[in-house]
Amino acid sequence: MDMKIHKAGLLTTVQDLGRTGYRASGVPVCGPMDSVALRLANLLVGNSESCACLEITLVGPEIEFSGDRIIALTGAKLQGLEPNRPHLLKAGQKLNLGSCVSGARAYLAISGGVNTEPVLGSRSTYLRGEFGGFKGRALKDSDSLKLGVSRSFKSGVGNFYLHGSPLPPYSSTVNLRVISGAQGAEFLPGLFTQSFTVSSASDRMGLRLMGKALQRKVTQELRSHAVIPGTIQVPADGQPIILMADAQTLGGYPQIAHVCSVDLPLVAQLKANDTLAFSLITLVDAQELLKKREHTITLIREGLRERFI
Amino acid sequence: MQVRLKSQAISFSALGDSALEISLGDASEAGVIERVHVLVEALKKENPRWINALLPAYGTVVIFYDAIKLPPSLGGEYEAACAWIKALAVSQGVLARRTPKLANKAKPIEIPVCYDSSLAPDLELVAAKVKLSVEAVIKLHSAVTYRVHAIGFAPGFPYLAGLNPKLKLPRLKTPREKVAAGSVGIGGDQTGIYPFATPGGWNIIGQTPVKLFDVKKEPPSLLSGGDEVIFKPITKEAFSQWI
Repeated sequence: MDMKIHKAGLLTTVQDLGRTGYRASGVPVCGPMDSVALRLANLLVGNSESCACLEITLVGPEIEFSGDRIIALTGAKLQGLEPNRPHLLKAGQKLNLGSCVSGARAYLAISGGVNTEPVLGSRSTYLRGEFGGFKGRALKDSDSLKLGVSRSFKSGVGNFYLHGSPLPPYSSTVNLRVISGAQGAEFLPGLFTQSFTVSSASDRMGLRLMGKALQRKVTQELRSHAVIPGTIQVPADGQPIILMADAQTLGGYPQIAHVCSVDLPLVAQLKANDTLAFSLITLVDAQELLKKREHTITLIREGLRERFI
Repeated sequence: MQVRLKSQAISFSALGDSALEISLGDASEAGVIERVHVLVEALKKENPRWINALLPAYGTVVIFYDAIKLPPSLGGEYEAACAWIKALAVSQGVLARRTPKLANKAKPIEIPVCYDSSLAPDLELVAAKVKLSVEAVIKLHSAVTYRVHAIGFAPGFPYLAGLNPKLKLPRLKTPREKVAAGSVGIGGDQTGIYPFATPGGWNIIGQTPVKLFDVKKEPPSLLSGGDEVIFKPITKEAFSQWI
């Protein structure tokens, strides 16, 4: 036993950076809803950015390790552990994580990473397909998981915090920057003139939004087209859906816009009844923002490298 | 027979900031599927490090890419990436007047299907709706060589083109909460197979004992975009004894 799950929490899954190479076989990417938070958590414990972590939803688990491990929590703020810094958890010491104080999804990285059997090149859990992660499902009370081999700190657990986070500031009222989608011009104004509320029928496949119905000027049915995490599709009822990590690879609904990659962490942290608005930017601007974010992550990676053996 | 000889158009559109869609026309037009697959093979062979994954679907190829890794020689811009792809397409004959030949054209894949009413909850209703006998529906459905236009909806689910127009039917008004794994259905002018027990809105007219998706195989999907498929009717006995 490397990691004992005493209490599983509300929806705790094993996720790495996702199953990116099998879209042609119809396999969703899965992986973390907030990939930046997962990458940072890994860096804080000396893992490679793509190591498998626990994605924690709204209520945290109670965990114990059989050996000493360094852990870090990023993303949503949870009761029970100071976020954005490494901690040492001794063998047999219980980690009891409570409810989310802000945001919706937290990432717990453990030095060495969660070492479940990869499926199609990834340890990410695909809940609907029932494969990947731990037995293809969310963790349950009393599960035991294997961990990988961890690196060590040069001198004790670092007394440091993440400084200058590349994560956008989470909030329960956010503005999401989007670029136009293939059918963006077919809709009457409406996406940018109101705020939307997140429906409780949202999950890892997508966030369902509620607002004044968006109206499409044409009624022509579409062939299925590829979709990506961040695609905003509009079914006939006019209530948009932001597709996320577990979304299908193809979708038949009109695509009004796509949330920029840099703002996807904001979407991941929204809860039911949170509100959001959209603003349009250009593709060039979206890619500039992405380059800036990656530059910041590179600086953090370089800065942390010296602290581990 | 009139032979059209015009060079193929190609167009590009951004799918968010990390993917782009290349369109080579309507998949039902002659030669478009071949062109899609010649382009996919050429892209796989080039395999530039800024391309993360490819997804052929209908008359399109979607490229998932890493904007950060776009080489400076391309100017690092979306337009430059599109120009690079277009040059590759031209050099590989993807846009030539004559439909490019597929390098290794495989034989059609035979999928056994049991059309027994116990496995085909909508078969009798389908027959009534299209004003044919159940036998005639089975005969028409299994007489055609279909073409996989896309894999999607669920892992391994093939969208098959080539359905006899007499069998064209709208999807169910209310989708079923669960269809059995292996169910063969008709949705609009397409037919398809549900690899898993999932919710489904297509008219179910049979079931295959064959596994359409297996994570232990590479690729995990039995069928790929561009494959040809034929359905072979089998008895209930053969279905239950299938290994």
